[in-house]
Amino acid sequence: MSIARVDWKKVWAPGSLLIIILVLLATLSLYASTYTVILLTSILMYVVLTVSWVIFSAPTGYVSLAPAAFFGVGIYTSAILGKALPLPAVILAGGLASFCLALLVGALTLRLRGIYFAIFTFGLVELIKHLLLWYEIKFTGTRGRFVIVVDNDTIYHVMFAILVILLLTAYLIRRSKFGLALRSIGEYEDAAAHTGVNVDALKTVTFAISAVFIGAAGAIMATRWTYIDPYIAFNPLFSFMPVLMAIFGGMGQFSGPILGAAIFGYLEEVLLTKFPYYYMLIFGIILIVTILYLPEGLVGLVQKLWRRISGGKRAHAGG
Amino acid sequence: MIVTILDVVIAGLLLGGLYALIAMGLSLQYGVARVLNISHGEFIMLGALTTWSLFTAFHINPLVSLAICGPVAFVLGFVIHRTLFKRLLSSSASPGVFESNSMLASFGLLFIIQNIALIAWGPEIRGYSYLRVPVNLAGALFGANRLITLGFAIVIGLAFYLFLARTRLGKAIRAAAQDPTTAGLMGVNINLVLALCFGFGAAMASMAGMLISLCYPVHAVIGLEYTIIAIIVVVLGGLGSIPGSFIGGFILGLIGSIVTYFEPGLALAAYYAIFILLLLVRPTGLMGK
Amino acid sequence: MLEGEAVTKYFGGLAAVWNVDFHVDQGEIVGLIGPNGAGKTTLFNLISGALVPKSGTIRFKGQNITGLKPHRICRMGMGRTFQSVKVFPNMSVLENVLLGFLFGRSNSMSSAEAAREATAVLEFVGLSAVKATPAKDLTLANQKRVEVARALATKPELLLLDELMAGLNPTEVAQAMELVTRIREQGITVFMIEHVMKAIMSVCDRIMVLHHGEKIAEGTPQEIATSKTVVEVYLGE
Repeated sequence: MSIARVDWKKVWAPGSLLIIILVLLATLSLYASTYTVILLTSILMYVVLTVSWVIFSAPTGYVSLAPAAFFGVGIYTSAILGKALPLPAVILAGGLASFCLALLVGALTLRLRGIYFAIFTFGLVELIKHLLLWYEIKFTGTRGRFVIVVDNDTIYHVMFAILVILLLTAYLIRRSKFGLALRSIGEYEDAAAHTGVNVDALKTVTFAISAVFIGAAGAIMATRWTYIDPYIAFNPLFSFMPVLMAIFGGMGQFSGPILGAAIFGYLEEVLLTKFPYYYMLIFGIILIVTILYLPEGLVGLVQKLWRRISGGKRAHAGG
Repeated sequence: MIVTILDVVIAGLLLGGLYALIAMGLSLQYGVARVLNISHGEFIMLGALTTWSLFTAFHINPLVSLAICGPVAFVLGFVIHRTLFKRLLSSSASPGVFESNSMLASFGLLFIIQNIALIAWGPEIRGYSYLRVPVNLAGALFGANRLITLGFAIVIGLAFYLFLARTRLGKAIRAAAQDPTTAGLMGVNINLVLALCFGFGAAMASMAGMLISLCYPVHAVIGLEYTIIAIIVVVLGGLGSIPGSFIGGFILGLIGSIVTYFEPGLALAAYYAIFILLLLVRPTGLMGK
Repeated sequence: MLEGEAVTKYFGGLAAVWNVDFHVDQGEIVGLIGPNGAGKTTLFNLISGALVPKSGTIRFKGQNITGLKPHRICRMGMGRTFQSVKVFPNMSVLENVLLGFLFGRSNSMSSAEAAREATAVLEFVGLSAVKATPAKDLTLANQKRVEVARALATKPELLLLDELMAGLNPTEVAQAMELVTRIREQGITVFMIEHVMKAIMSVCDRIMVLHHGEKIAEGTPQEIATSKTVVEVYLGE
């Protein structure tokens, strides 16, 4: 159900470019080195995390700090079920587990003010970590688990597939009446409710949908680490990075989060090798500077400059 | 049996005192300056590790460190507010936008401070021993260090409460918390008050950190858990109520002590369960509006 | 069509609305007046579902709607506008109105139908020229029309208008009055809060007066204009 008809004349150029990029990415393992495949898997993972975060938090304005929790749930699902089920089922299970968790969190907190939601999601990663530690000490006796081993190419392809499905989902949501409704929630939630939008249900379901992809990404990434424990799986860094990437890239269009994720995914790789002790410091500073001086993100800045160069007022781009 | 109950209760009060202190600091920052400072725990951590360094390197009495950490943290908090959050306040289109932006900025601050701590102190766990002499209290033995911690927590808490209730500055702060615009119109220098509150909040965190280091080993990543506990206490007491945070801290401390007695490791889960209960039944907390 | 019995709401210790009975019959235009702080918007909030009353019942089309969520009440056929205009600022006028068609009573429309109906509604309120403009760029009077159009898009049988004419100049007030009349001609019942006395007196069939949360008078414009109680309340302010 689309709100505006697609203007094919404007879309064919960036559309073909997109297809070319996608084809190149899909066939990467055929021509690139192992190092590149591994690096790109990380970058694609960050794109998945960031775009998932943007699907819900950008239009509604409800800041979620839960990605790390969903990611960890995906990781642990993979660890627990990896030996028992085939890989596709494990990935789906990771997504499903995150979906259920998100539904629960949403039902609890999304009917209240946004600050409660933010607070609850912030502590969630630590809570689950504590629960798992307690459980492992008490019941299994060992800390952590081993994960099945999967080869790098497969990991890459799975992540790529997750990303493609995610981008499609994000696009469809945004173009649908639900996308419009999500934006209206972000502007005046009570007016939206009075216009017939079931705001609580929509927020919760959208939040849950966004969680699926994060969980699935966690499920596949776990196979790269082979050994995981609650500390590795539930790391607040995985809530911080999507937020940083989305804000830096810009949240208005899809290109923003993708760009931000690509830049920081690569930057993290570079900094981890050269300055392993400083990169969080640098990223933290970049986040603060971006919030202060670049509220529309990089893409927003580019758009502003473009408007100024090309002169006059351009029609408001709907995205 | 009685001894065990007393044990648990006093342990709960000790914990509660700490929780009350860290929650009051956060409550000040959120209630007045409207900044949900999720890097609050990092200030606690800084206070703890600084005290450790001063003690092990220079043999400075931790209680004296209190007088060092507090003011230094106050200045740090004050400066951070003036440079970062004040700017955010003027560039934010609405209070809601400021709330999210300031929270996200403090998220960035969290990682900055933690990284600095990791560079300065490394990831190892640090501990020291000071006044760990046992004191006999009604048949049960408690470390003197723990009793001092409780004492200080209560004293600082009460002193601050009196400050808010009796002094001119305290009244200005309460006015600013209730209604910043009107307070501004009545001659209160709002920007100064906001920055002061943020500084006080940081100072309380840092002092709490020192007290924590007196009782427990500390390392660079302890901040997050304390931030979460502080937030839960603030919600329990009522967002914006400082006396609520004080009382809420003791309640949560007692609960934590009881849960730890039966099932160590589930304390945080118990706190979250309380949190969930609050969200379902009374999100405004015990004393919130 | 709409009736309330003993509706009460407290904020803290203060009774914002106390023991208010009211009714609005089909096809009427009923006015709700009273000094500032009388509880008029609070009453609207209680009716539309934005707030839940402490006690009392509210019935819409015979069904008990006390405590229902706003979107449910909207889908039953009640639309409303807000005192502080709540158009979605960064969405175009068309998008604002489309939301009403997509989520109101006719929420199984195709996008083509919705677009057509939206254009029709915009014509009805006189905003066809600006349908692609972001709502924040409009004048206050036009923003209010967008709110009305958006509410009309949900196909209401009852429309609650909260101070539609506040902040409008005399020409705009006259246009708004005329719009309200045309809305009634469409068969929609109107319940409106207003401060602009001239408008209320000329357009309404019946008027209710609130003061300090209580209903102090009710009757035709003629009766209200000559009522001693009402005059005292307004002069005493």
